[in-house]
Amino acid sequence: MIEFRAVTKRFDDGTIAVNNLDLVVEAGTITVFVGPSGCGKTTSLRMVNRMIDPSSGTILVDGKDILSVDPPMLRRGIGYVIQQAGLFPHRTVLDNVATVPLLSGWSRSKARGRAAELLELVGLPAELGKRYPVQLSGGQQQRVGVARALAADPPVLLMDEPFSAVDPVVREGLQDELLRLQAELDKTIVFVTHDIDEAVRIGEKVAVFREGGILAQYDRPAELLARPADDFVAHFVGKDRGYRSLSFVDASGVEVGAVPLVQVSEAVEPSGEWRLAVDDRRHPRGWLAPGTTVDGPLVEDVLKPGGSLFEVGQSIRGALDAALSSPSGLGVAVDAEGAVVGAVTATQVLAVIEGLRESRG
Amino acid sequence: MIFADAFAWLFDPVNWSGAKGIPLRTGVHLLYCLGAVLGASAIAVPLGLFVGHTGRGGTFLVGGSNALRALPTLGLVTFLYLIAGGGTGPVLIALVVLAIPPILAGTYAGIQDVDRGVVDAAKGMGMTGGQVLWQVELPNALPLLIGGLRNATLQVVATASVAAYVGIETLGRPLLDGLRVLDYGQFVGGAVLIALLAVVLDLVLAGAQKAIVPRGLRLVGQPTGPKKGKRSQKLVALAAQPDSGGSTA
Ligand SMILES: Nc1ncnc2c1ncn2[C@@H]1O[C@H](COP(=O)(O)OP(=O)(O)O)[C@@H](O)[C@H]1O
Ligand SMILES: [Mg+2]
Repeated sequence: MIEFRAVTKRFDDGTIAVNNLDLVVEAGTITVFVGPSGCGKTTSLRMVNRMIDPSSGTILVDGKDILSVDPPMLRRGIGYVIQQAGLFPHRTVLDNVATVPLLSGWSRSKARGRAAELLELVGLPAELGKRYPVQLSGGQQQRVGVARALAADPPVLLMDEPFSAVDPVVREGLQDELLRLQAELDKTIVFVTHDIDEAVRIGEKVAVFREGGILAQYDRPAELLARPADDFVAHFVGKDRGYRSLSFVDASGVEVGAVPLVQVSEAVEPSGEWRLAVDDRRHPRGWLAPGTTVDGPLVEDVLKPGGSLFEVGQSIRGALDAALSSPSGLGVAVDAEGAVVGAVTATQVLAVIEGLRESRG
Repeated sequence: MIFADAFAWLFDPVNWSGAKGIPLRTGVHLLYCLGAVLGASAIAVPLGLFVGHTGRGGTFLVGGSNALRALPTLGLVTFLYLIAGGGTGPVLIALVVLAIPPILAGTYAGIQDVDRGVVDAAKGMGMTGGQVLWQVELPNALPLLIGGLRNATLQVVATASVAAYVGIETLGRPLLDGLRVLDYGQFVGGAVLIALLAVVLDLVLAGAQKAIVPRGLRLVGQPTGPKKGKRSQKLVALAAQPDSGGSTA
C-alpha cells in the first residue's frame, strides 16, 4: 500500500507540481495517474521512489515513511519503468534485466538465471538475452524494461508512460500483457499515462489530475465515466463516455437467443430471414441475406461479412457493439473457443441497460 | 627538389645512429608525448568525470579549458624555461597543459552525452552515485573520452617539437636545424617523421578504442574519435608548420 498524506512539491523556481495530494494506492491493484501534460503525474510518481523528495507531507509505503529509508536501498525494492525504457546500451539484454539482483549482491550466474526467467515471463524468446538494446524493437525494449523492473520481485512497481512511445497496436498488446502479468504477480502498481483510454483500460482505480497538481477525482474507471466529479473530468474523459462506460457493465442480464444457422459447403434451402453461416467447428463465417438463392453447396463468396463478435462473459459494450455492427441486426455471441452460441439484438441490450439505470435510481 | 632531399636525409645511415640519430630522437619524442598524455589524463579525466557526473562547475570547466587553449605553447615553454631553468620539467608541463583541454572536453562531453533516460533508470534501479558513474556513465562515455585522448595525442606529437628550442633531442631538432641552415631536406624529413608518428599512435589508440568500447555502443554507431576529415586536415597542417601545435601561433 502506498499512502500520500498532504504531499506538496514546489520546485526551486516556484512551480507547484503537486498540490496537497491525499491518496491511498491499495496493495495489489493497478492504480493509474492520468491527466493532461504538466499536471504533476510524473512528479507524484517519482516521489514514491525518492527520485524527487516532497516539499511537505508524508509518503508511506507499507506503513513506512520513505524518508527514513536510504534512497538506493528504497529503490531496489521498488520496480521502475520509464517511457524510453532507459535500457543500458552497453549491456546485453540479459545483463540489463539482471541489474537489480546484481546490485543486491546476487552472484552473476544466479542473477542471469533469474533474468532468463523474467524474459520468458514477459514473453520474450531466450535468445534475445544475448542481444543489445539497440537491436530490439520499441515494444521489445519496453518488455525488457518491465522484466528489469520485476527482476528482484519488488512488491511495488512504478511505471511512467511505459507504453506511450510505441505504436497503438503494439501498445494494446503490451497493455494486455501487463494485465496478464498482474493477474499472476499481484503487485502494487502505479501507472502514469496521459491517455484516458489506456487509464480506464488497465486501471482498477484511476486518479485524474488537473493543472497545478491537483487531484480532480479518484475512482474506479466505471464511476469516472458514469459520474465525473466536475466539468474538468467530464471533459477530460471525453466524448462517448456513456458508450465507453458500458465496458464496465456486466452483460449477464442479456439473454442470448437462438440464431438460424446454415453450414458452409452444404446445400441450403431458400428462406426469407437472415441466417448465420458457420463452418464445421461452428465458427461464424458471415451472414446469408434473406432471399439469396444458392445453387449447390454454400460458398463463402455469397455471404455478407459479419460484425464484431460478442464473447459471452464480456461487458455489455461488446454485446451492443456486436448487435450494432451486424448486417442482420443480430449480434453474434460466441464462447471462449469462438463457436457460435446464439445472438442478441440491440433492443434487448438497451432494455437491460435501461433496467439497470432504473434499478440504480 | 625538396622531396628528394628529404628522402635522402631520411635514408642516410648517418642520421640513424648515435645520440642525434632518428631512433633516439623518436624515442625521446615518444616519451614526452606519453608523459604528457598520461599526466594530462590523470588531471583531466577525473575532473571531467566529476563535473560531468555532478553537473557542477560546467561553466568554470569550459572557461578554464578555453583559457588553457589560448596559451601559446612555445611562449609557455620559454617562460617555464626562464623561471625554472632547462630540463624536462618545463617542457612536460607545457605539453600537459596543451593536452588537458581535449581530454577534459572529451570526458565531460562523453558523460553529458549519456542519454538522460539511461541515467535516470540507473538511479531508479537503486544504483548509488558511484555505481551510476562507473557502471553506466563511464562505459557510455568511452567513445568520446577516447576521442579526446586521440585529439590530445595528435596535438602533443606535433607540439613536442618545441622541446628542441630548449635543447631537448626530440624530432623537433631536424626542423630547427633544417630551418637554421636552410637544409629543407632535413626540415621536411623531420616533419614526415612527426606525421608518421602521429598516424601510428592514432592507429594504436583506434585499436585500443575498438577493444575497450563495449559492443552494444559500437552497434549504435556513436561518434568514435576525431572526425576523419578533420584529422587529415590536421596532419596536413602539422607537416606544413611542424613547430606549431595549433596553439603556439
Ligand atoms: N525539475 C523541475 N523544476 C521545475 N519545474 C519542474 C521540474 N520538473 C517538473 N516541473 C514542472 O512541474 C509540473 C509537473 O510536471 P510533471 O510532474 O512532469 O507533469 P506530468 O508528468 O503530469 O506531465 C510541470 O509544470 C513541470 O514543468
Ligand atoms: Mg510525465
